[in-house]
Amino acid sequence: MSAPAPPSTLSAFLAGFVATWTSVFSYVLFGTYTGIGAIAHDFGFSVTWALFSTLLVWAGPAQVILISTLGAGASLIEVAVAVGLSSVRLLPMVVALLPMLKRPGTRTWQLLLPAHFTAVSMWVEALRLLPQQPRENRIAFCNGLGCGYGLTACTATVTGFYLAASLPPLMSAALLFLTPVAFLMSTLRNSRLLVDRLALAFGLVLGPLFAWWQLGLDLMWSGIVAGTTAYLVHRLREALR
Amino acid sequence: MSTHGELAAYLALVLAGFLPSEVWRWLGVAFARGLDEDSEIVVWVRAVATAILAGVIAKLTIFAPGVLATVPTPVRLAAVAIGFLAFMLIRRSVFAGVLAGEGALIIGALVFGG
Repeated sequence: MSAPAPPSTLSAFLAGFVATWTSVFSYVLFGTYTGIGAIAHDFGFSVTWALFSTLLVWAGPAQVILISTLGAGASLIEVAVAVGLSSVRLLPMVVALLPMLKRPGTRTWQLLLPAHFTAVSMWVEALRLLPQQPRENRIAFCNGLGCGYGLTACTATVTGFYLAASLPPLMSAALLFLTPVAFLMSTLRNSRLLVDRLALAFGLVLGPLFAWWQLGLDLMWSGIVAGTTAYLVHRLREALR
Repeated sequence: MSTHGELAAYLALVLAGFLPSEVWRWLGVAFARGLDEDSEIVVWVRAVATAILAGVIAKLTIFAPGVLATVPTPVRLAAVAIGFLAFMLIRRSVFAGVLAGEGALIIGALVFGG
């Protein structure tokens, strides 16, 4: 961002930034990160640490796992594996997002920041809003989205951290519940194609089932099996048409 | 927390939090080279990503973290179902779904013990 940006790039960045203000995800994100700030406080981390976890990890479920396992004294390897597994979903998200951003001549380093900003809320909104943006503006637009959501999340992390002392347990529980409910609703809204809806439904059933069976890497396997089954049903349906 | 403990906490944040997440994003950048957004492989990986996220959603509901675990499991599941119904009935609104789900959780926890 050091070089002066051409006006179109800057306005695309601002358009992305402003788009987060009217997005329902900002409210959801605020709630989710208030909860994360609160649990960081409860597990004895500092407010600066909590803020850095939001900036660096930038994935709600991964942060919930990181804070609760580290705080409970789990080994570093154990924590890293759990966080890594919960973040596997970022790989296909980035793979699905980047082709929308790329143009001939786009350099790899230009994609690293949008890739870092890729998390559920940003991904869902980017997939919805990007088709309306001219391709040359999309990277800046994504960075604007990421910065907007990032600012919201950081504010919420600090707010939650200081609220934690005064928040009654039921309200903390309600804040933690925001994560699954909000993610479910947003994924539902974004699933317009049959393949996505099936993947969601199969994943909801197989995820806990695989976890209950205590297979190693259960989240990854349930995702691959559920996603692939959904994809095969979609292919079969296309073929029968 | 002591200065030493604080330093260890930041080291743990980078090693066990940042790197295990970021590495997937970097791999995504590497894999996405030369992929078309409508290609079959992207449709498939999107399905896998959606299914993994669905797994996280279901696991956070069923094997709930922290104080959320003090709310009985049937209440949590019913709250998700009520949120889903509100979402479907009220113009596929994320806001309506979240509000209904949260309301149901709080009322359920108050009525059935939390």
